Amino acid sequence: MKMTMTMQKIMYTLLFLLVSQLAQAKLEIEIIQGNASALPIAIIPMQWRASDPPPEAGVSGIVSSDLYRSGLFDPLDEQDMVDRPVDAESIRYGTWRLLKVDYLVIGQVKDAAGGAGYDIVYQLFDVHTQEALMSQITTVGLGDLRFGAHRVADAIYEKLTGVPGAFSTRIAYISATGTGKVQNYQLFVADADGFNPQAVVGSPEPLLSPSWSPDGQKLAYVSFEKGNSAIYVQNVATGQRDLLSSGKGINGAPAFSPDGRYLAMTLSVSGNPEIYIRDLASGQKTQLTQHWAIDTEAAWAPDSRSLYFTSDRGGKPQIYKLPVTGGNPSRVTLEGDYNARASISPDGTRIAMAYGRGNEYRIAVLDTGTGRVRILTPGVLDESPSFAPNGSMILYATREGTRGVLSAVSVDGNVRQRLILTEGDVREPAWSPVIR
Amino acid sequence: MNTTWRFLLALAITVSVSACKTTEPVDTTDSTATQPTTTDVTTSAAPDPRDYTDARNFDNSESLLSKRVVYFDFDKSEVKAEYRTIVAAHATYVSAHNSARVTLEGHADERGTREYNLGLGERRGNAVSGLLSAGGAMGGQLDVVSYGEERPVCRVSDENCWWQNRRVEIVYTAR
Repeated sequence: MKMTMTMQKIMYTLLFLLVSQLAQAKLEIEIIQGNASALPIAIIPMQWRASDPPPEAGVSGIVSSDLYRSGLFDPLDEQDMVDRPVDAESIRYGTWRLLKVDYLVIGQVKDAAGGAGYDIVYQLFDVHTQEALMSQITTVGLGDLRFGAHRVADAIYEKLTGVPGAFSTRIAYISATGTGKVQNYQLFVADADGFNPQAVVGSPEPLLSPSWSPDGQKLAYVSFEKGNSAIYVQNVATGQRDLLSSGKGINGAPAFSPDGRYLAMTLSVSGNPEIYIRDLASGQKTQLTQHWAIDTEAAWAPDSRSLYFTSDRGGKPQIYKLPVTGGNPSRVTLEGDYNARASISPDGTRIAMAYGRGNEYRIAVLDTGTGRVRILTPGVLDESPSFAPNGSMILYATREGTRGVLSAVSVDGNVRQRLILTEGDVREPAWSPVIR
Repeated sequence: MNTTWRFLLALAITVSVSACKTTEPVDTTDSTATQPTTTDVTTSAAPDPRDYTDARNFDNSESLLSKRVVYFDFDKSEVKAEYRTIVAAHATYVSAHNSARVTLEGHADERGTREYNLGLGERRGNAVSGLLSAGGAMGGQLDVVSYGEERPVCRVSDENCWWQNRRVEIVYTAR
């Protein structure tokens, strides 16, 4: 349909208003299934000693929520804190043992010693041994207090579980709103707890397959804004973007290599969908698969030397592996009717995928060492798994009635959470790498 | 190419396509008022619905040309027998009109992963495009675009809705 200048202006104004409206929607987190052996911990509200007025959400509340979300901790409610020690000397360990708390965190927020910003000064105590396990200062700039709180949660998580935390990371996802023919799609980036969603790009045409660059600065994604699928790479902070592929046929499934040198893509310009890799420095493209089957959804091994991908060359979609130098792919998934959309754990030992049987699709994890497959979710329309950068949890898309929502499941399947966006049909999550 | 040759070519293709089918043959030989010219507007009678070179039949619900969606079985991209007659009718039209341009928009239902479904939608579009070519359409007249599961016509998670989404839409961008 031809648009006059006026009509175009009205449309863009409406789109802009819609985007700003949706930017206020938040993710709500609800634990569906908990872990009986969660560590009881009390994060005492930190004293505010900085010169600025304190923010609405305190550091300790954010740390408690983060630890609760991981499913491995059982933080004490603030209202049950009969005692609020401010320093090591004022801790009465007997009280905490009675409250059945194993770990205690106390601290304060001060003006940063070095200049503008904050110092979050905190200590972690073991209630039973009465030792200080950690004594740290986390410094952040003005406006980055939430980020600082997430870093504190990461440090506590790592100290007590041995695994680095992933609370100070981000997630990207697509949200679709509208009914019938009028649709609006937006690619959002939010903190891993769902706060601060920012729309990265919006379009009346479908968006899919966001993929983070390893430095966490860029997102590659597929957009139908030109009428056919095309691959863009966009800098999240500046908004600047490049069109990387818009050839005839499918331009899809972009995936940055962990070493940042390549972008894998699915292109069907040769007649059917094949996996290519594009050298990001030279722009040169190399075709890796050569088969009449649908070969798509490339996912890199952590050493950037091989790729996993979905192929139906055996009849139905299964996961295959191929070295980046080319050659014959080897089949990886040996059980299940349908296995697709692999996400590789950061240490390469596990592959999460969409596992289909009949009409039901669930998230399953394959252990590459033992070959054992474990089904993690109840389904029935679960897809797009994305590993957390610490390998502890998997974010994925699922359906609730007619609406798409995101869920997260721990890699052992014991803890599952639903993240509810207050508006929109949410899909295609991508967990960012750790951003330093 | 003059009008007579175009008519004869269309006729030849139609007859040869109809000779390949097992269903009732498409036959335009008994129609005398079907010169594919756009300047003749004096015919007041409704067009013969089986004249697949007449553009008026796009809006004539009695003609196969008005049918522009092909449906598929789950996970399949073969064009079923009942839809081959529809595709053949469009092949007749497209091969009779050099100016005709068609985009085959391929779709899939929501089951399975999105990028794989882009491939499945394209496979379906290619299947219809292949039949149109076999029926005389030129490659330059045909384009295939896949939307995978991204443009559903309904959003209920059951077969009543799913079958409607497993489709190829025959979209004329020029007639």
